[in-house]
Amino acid sequence: MFGKLTLSDLPFDDPIIMGAVVSATLAGLIVLGLITYFKKWSYLWHEWLTSVDHKRIGVMYIVLGFIMLLRGFADAIMMRSQQALAAGASEGYLSPHHYDMIFGSHGTIMIIFAAMPFVVGLMNLVIPHQIGARDVAFPVLNSISFWLTAAGAGLIMISLGVGEFSNTGWSGLAPLFEKIYNPGVGVDYWMWAFQIAGVGSLLTAINFLVTIVKMRAPGMTFMKMPLFTWTTLTTNVLMILSFPVITGALFLLTLDRYLGMHFFTNELGGNMMMWNNLFWMWGHPEVYIVILPAFGIFSEVVATFSRKKLFGYVSLVWATAAIMILSFTVWLHHFFTMGNTVDVNIFFGIATMLIAIPTGVKIYDWLFTMYRGRISFKTPMYWTLGFLSIFVIGGMTGVLMAIPPADYVVHNSLFLIAHFHNMLIPGALFGYFAGLSYWFPKVFGFRLDEKWGKRAFWGWAIGFMVAFMPLYVLGFMGMPRRLEHYVNMAWQPWLIVAVFGALIIGAGVLAQIIQFYISIRDRKKNIDRTGDPWDGRTLEWMSSSPPPVYNFAVIPKVDDRDEWWAMKESGTAYKQPDEYHDIIMPKNVIRGPVIGGFVLVFGFAMVWDIWWLAIAGILGVITTVIIGSAHDDEEYVIPAAEVKRIEDERFKALALVNEEKKE
Amino acid sequence: MNTNISQNASVHAVDPEHLDHAEIRTFGFWIYLMSDLVLFSVLFATYAVIGFNTAGGPAPKDIFDLPYLFLETMFLLISSFTFGLTIIALHNGKQKQVIAGLIITALLGLGFISMEINEFAGLIAEGAGPDRSGFLSAFFTLVGTHGTHVFFGLVWIFVMMGQVMKAGITEGIRSRMMRLSLFWHFLDIVWIGVFSFVYLMRLI
Repeated sequence: MFGKLTLSDLPFDDPIIMGAVVSATLAGLIVLGLITYFKKWSYLWHEWLTSVDHKRIGVMYIVLGFIMLLRGFADAIMMRSQQALAAGASEGYLSPHHYDMIFGSHGTIMIIFAAMPFVVGLMNLVIPHQIGARDVAFPVLNSISFWLTAAGAGLIMISLGVGEFSNTGWSGLAPLFEKIYNPGVGVDYWMWAFQIAGVGSLLTAINFLVTIVKMRAPGMTFMKMPLFTWTTLTTNVLMILSFPVITGALFLLTLDRYLGMHFFTNELGGNMMMWNNLFWMWGHPEVYIVILPAFGIFSEVVATFSRKKLFGYVSLVWATAAIMILSFTVWLHHFFTMGNTVDVNIFFGIATMLIAIPTGVKIYDWLFTMYRGRISFKTPMYWTLGFLSIFVIGGMTGVLMAIPPADYVVHNSLFLIAHFHNMLIPGALFGYFAGLSYWFPKVFGFRLDEKWGKRAFWGWAIGFMVAFMPLYVLGFMGMPRRLEHYVNMAWQPWLIVAVFGALIIGAGVLAQIIQFYISIRDRKKNIDRTGDPWDGRTLEWMSSSPPPVYNFAVIPKVDDRDEWWAMKESGTAYKQPDEYHDIIMPKNVIRGPVIGGFVLVFGFAMVWDIWWLAIAGILGVITTVIIGSAHDDEEYVIPAAEVKRIEDERFKALALVNEEKKE
Repeated sequence: MNTNISQNASVHAVDPEHLDHAEIRTFGFWIYLMSDLVLFSVLFATYAVIGFNTAGGPAPKDIFDLPYLFLETMFLLISSFTFGLTIIALHNGKQKQVIAGLIITALLGLGFISMEINEFAGLIAEGAGPDRSGFLSAFFTLVGTHGTHVFFGLVWIFVMMGQVMKAGITEGIRSRMMRLSLFWHFLDIVWIGVFSFVYLMRLI
């Protein structure tokens, strides 16, 4: 009836896991209790969970990303403290198996369930707005994508308390993840959570590619698109071309584990290294999938807060496109040590070094944008400057490791760990945080608190340096990654420094939470009544904050790269049009949460071999899709009079702001 | 405030800035097909890498039956032709012909699927199942993934049959039929790849 699942799969015997389960469950229950107490279920269901409004979906993605970031950060603290303690005679407080699960869940969560939701959330918030569209191309699909990601995250959270997680790292280790070496459910949890979220990401990419290609406002040619739109477009291309590869690879692993096939096995004609090739054919583009949109955010932020046109727009676009193409030609640098011929390693080594060129172009473009600009040092600008300073170090260590013989020395050492965290934390995460504080007022109508925002930045930036610079040193000292215990006492001082760095980052995270609290408490003080709190340059600053559901009452005609800035310069901004039309918008649908629920059930049932439930889950998905496909009337009309009423209110508020300014 | 819109024709009269859904959906579906093609190329590449690892088990020449495969291929190719005719009937607004075309296409598709299942069942019975060797794993997975796509294409055909019978030929149904058509022809093209690369090339 319940497949392999028995009561003994609940980890009652491990106080650390039970503590985590109990606190996560308690936090969940408190949230559910509060929703019930304030009678917000109906509001939540109708306004958020079933919403197809890209802004709402974006917020839900970011909330999911932030929660998972906290979970991934907890894993990081555990690893750092274990390594600081477990030297020589001391065993630390984590068992080897538990430690193995933690580094796997840390990586999986940070990439798939923190970075991806965060970046997709920002795309959702901004892209339709920035290109002058009212929604994405496929609003229902957008909701389904979100719920697939949420289902994957749900599965990984369940693995915390029911059964175990994979002990083969976030990237999988062939053939250790095969059934004969890993008969438990850990690998299955990792595989299904990853697979489900991956399908969601692929659907998102198709959605946004079509949105950007087909739904730009009249006049916005490709070379007039804002940089964030450009980087999102290239990221979507990367996702569409690379996510099917990981879907395929995970599917082959599924067949290996469930049907005894021989793709990545050690016997009967399997090929273990094929896993590494397939994984990194997705995995390397994935690095750029999470970083390129952040580059777009930095471009927007730098131009806005330097009050200058972006320097070298064309070179930035071409650099982005070059990175997009090159990212498919470097996957083998993740395993130079595989034993390829020299020629193969040299090809991939040179291709890897080439990526530094377009990236360098971008760095100079941002620097020259700031040069002679009137820089206002707001929180988004702090994140951007922090990124520029720290990211360059990571870029240089990357070029170092691109040399195959040098890579042989530091392969799988902590040097590598330091390098890729040095790319992803400033390169991706700082970008998302910059984007979050930059676009937050647009979505909620008030700015985030500057003081706590800057404190959060210092926590993250200083903490990063203290936590990861020692790892470079340890890499040179020969310390391999993923060690749960070691006997070389010379490593310990550096690891103790690193754990302090992690704690400083923790202070930064705490500052971010305080920032949310303070900002919501003092929202009246930081209110944005113009819709354009930073004196922005692109179309998303044209509407009110928060924007009406249709974004634009009248779709703007675009003649300039910085269209909104040009409108403000020429005095055509803030002019109310003479008449309005009816606007057709998509209705809310329940298919997203329903499909997400069925998929979660399916994933859980597959993990535990509960076949009847798995069949029920997949039939549920198919039935929902078929029933939904017959609905052609999922739109409603906002009458012109209603649009006029909303817009009149907006212009009345604007007039009030202007009067106050004059006084 | 919540007035339903059921006909696309009226949409532009109401909201002149509303975009053409059918065109956007077709474009989106093309992009999906291209990503599906990447998935197939992973499976083709896998077959290229481990397709020669027979591990002492049966090799292609022991298990492939070309005349049988030729017949199977014909079923699928002709079904693509009949689907083409169905689309012509759709454009002419002939509801009955559309349903007849879908039924014939579905029968041909079922013929293809049954032959494939029969081939697979025979192989498994002979002890040449997918768990026997890397070659057979790659073979079953590539051919079977194509077969699964055909199966879902068949489900889609039956769904469309039901929708056409119930609602006639509406704008929404026309748009979905065009996407189904793309999907069905796409599977044909992939099959040509499978037939040449998996079967023919290993027998030459």
